[in-house]
Amino acid sequence: MYTETQILKETSTSLLNGEGELVINVGPQHPATHGVLHLVITLNGETIKKIEPHLGYIHRSIEKMCESLTYRQFIYVTSRMDYLSAHINNHACAMAVEKAMQIEVPQRAQYIRVILDELTRIASHELWWGALAMDVGAFTPFFYAFRERETITDIMEETCGARLTMNYMVPGGVMADIHPNFQQRVKDFIKLFKKNVDEYDDLVTGNVIFQNRLKNVGYLSPEDAISYGCSGPVARGSGVKSDIRKIAPYDIYNQVQFDEVLETAGDSFARYLVRVKEMRQSISIIEQLIDNIPEGEFQAKTKAVLKPPKGEFYTRVETARGELGVYIVSEGGTTPYRIKFRSPGFSNLSALDHISRGSKIGDLMATMGTLDLVIPDIDR
Amino acid sequence: MALTNDIIQQKLQEKFGDAVTNFSQPYGMLTFEAPKEMNLKVMQFLYDDDQLAFRFLTDLCAVHFPDNKGNELAVVYHLHNLVENVRIRFRVFTSIDQPDVFTATQLFSSANWQERETYDFYGVNFVGHPNLKRILNVDEMDYFPMRKEFPLEDQVRIDKDDEMFGR
Repeated sequence: MYTETQILKETSTSLLNGEGELVINVGPQHPATHGVLHLVITLNGETIKKIEPHLGYIHRSIEKMCESLTYRQFIYVTSRMDYLSAHINNHACAMAVEKAMQIEVPQRAQYIRVILDELTRIASHELWWGALAMDVGAFTPFFYAFRERETITDIMEETCGARLTMNYMVPGGVMADIHPNFQQRVKDFIKLFKKNVDEYDDLVTGNVIFQNRLKNVGYLSPEDAISYGCSGPVARGSGVKSDIRKIAPYDIYNQVQFDEVLETAGDSFARYLVRVKEMRQSISIIEQLIDNIPEGEFQAKTKAVLKPPKGEFYTRVETARGELGVYIVSEGGTTPYRIKFRSPGFSNLSALDHISRGSKIGDLMATMGTLDLVIPDIDR
Repeated sequence: MALTNDIIQQKLQEKFGDAVTNFSQPYGMLTFEAPKEMNLKVMQFLYDDDQLAFRFLTDLCAVHFPDNKGNELAVVYHLHNLVENVRIRFRVFTSIDQPDVFTATQLFSSANWQERETYDFYGVNFVGHPNLKRILNVDEMDYFPMRKEFPLEDQVRIDKDDEMFGR
């Protein structure tokens, strides 16, 4: 991004202005940015005047890479975008190809996909919950969160062989059938998790110190949430209905009962509550499905070489962070002509400057924590 | 009354006449084109009209068609009506020699970063953008890497023999 000399020059000129403003750099290697994100912050005393995020430190040009990979291959790269929602990214891409090829996905595969999506969502929110508590100074919750997350990663490992960057969803269904232990282990996890999620509330949510750090901090109005293109828990914390599972149901989301979690306060604590409540909703979705996985094929019969017709396809799914859109332009070949990923983190981060202006620098990390940034998702 | 694609199309044609063209509905999403000078007028109309109310800019990106002489770059907007839950796709074409398109930052704050990204990869010059500089690539870069004249290495080339990596 910026060369070192440029940053130094900017820093010194604003000091020379004599306005009492100070420019500091947070990152690129800062523990609270959870990745390589560089914020150039202009301060007046302790008050934030302006934040300029500099991104792209881990830009891998996944979109360009995908243009030379076939419709079966490019899905694997997308697990590396938002590595905490690898299954959901794969799901979006598989759906885009299915839509283009008009492949009917078997019921069994749809059930497996949705269960895994929700497990991924819980795992992602767990990590966010632990990391947020650590950002504001509590270290213990991190271990509590990872205790439960470990169970999910074990299930994932048994199902598809990987613990983090899973590649399980393919055009037409899922890659392999579920492990015989899958249902029992998921049920064990639900039992364990239901008990533990209450513990989270006792430990952190109800904690007065924690609430003081988050309440009335980082306010985002619904109008701004829409204008900045925020989605997912960030938008829902401001009371904007934006759950893709509700407004454009895919697979079997229209057959399960769950509530779209909405909070209207718009501050950091509202965004926190949305995610904690979403974990409970995910549990309820899994409970409805886990005993009813229908028998049958786990993958539709597809041709070895996929050649979608000429045209444009856009699919969207709700990842743990918000709306992930996959826009494919096909020219009829075996590789996408152009592929664009609308990543939720990119738009959510663009609102950070607006959210944080006027607040204290001490609150910045808590605000950033509730945006739930995953840097590879932003940089792609 | 629910907002359907036909109503949107009818309203646009009433307002802009023959200027908006190429209406189609691939997979249920209304898609149309407009001359690049009119992109702001069309979006302003879509934004302001009480029934249309497309106030959420989901996605903004560019596509490069090198064979399409004079209209090499397409800028694609995906707009969303949050109340009626309707989405549309709107395209403008521009030549690669003079890729000037008006910015949508006055309407949507999210356009700020998305236009910077589009500029970064395709070199579309968004006229009136408050801070049009590269966002993901290094500032010193002097080309636009997602354009089609920069192909990736051929996956199936056989002339390269590497003991370590097997090709």
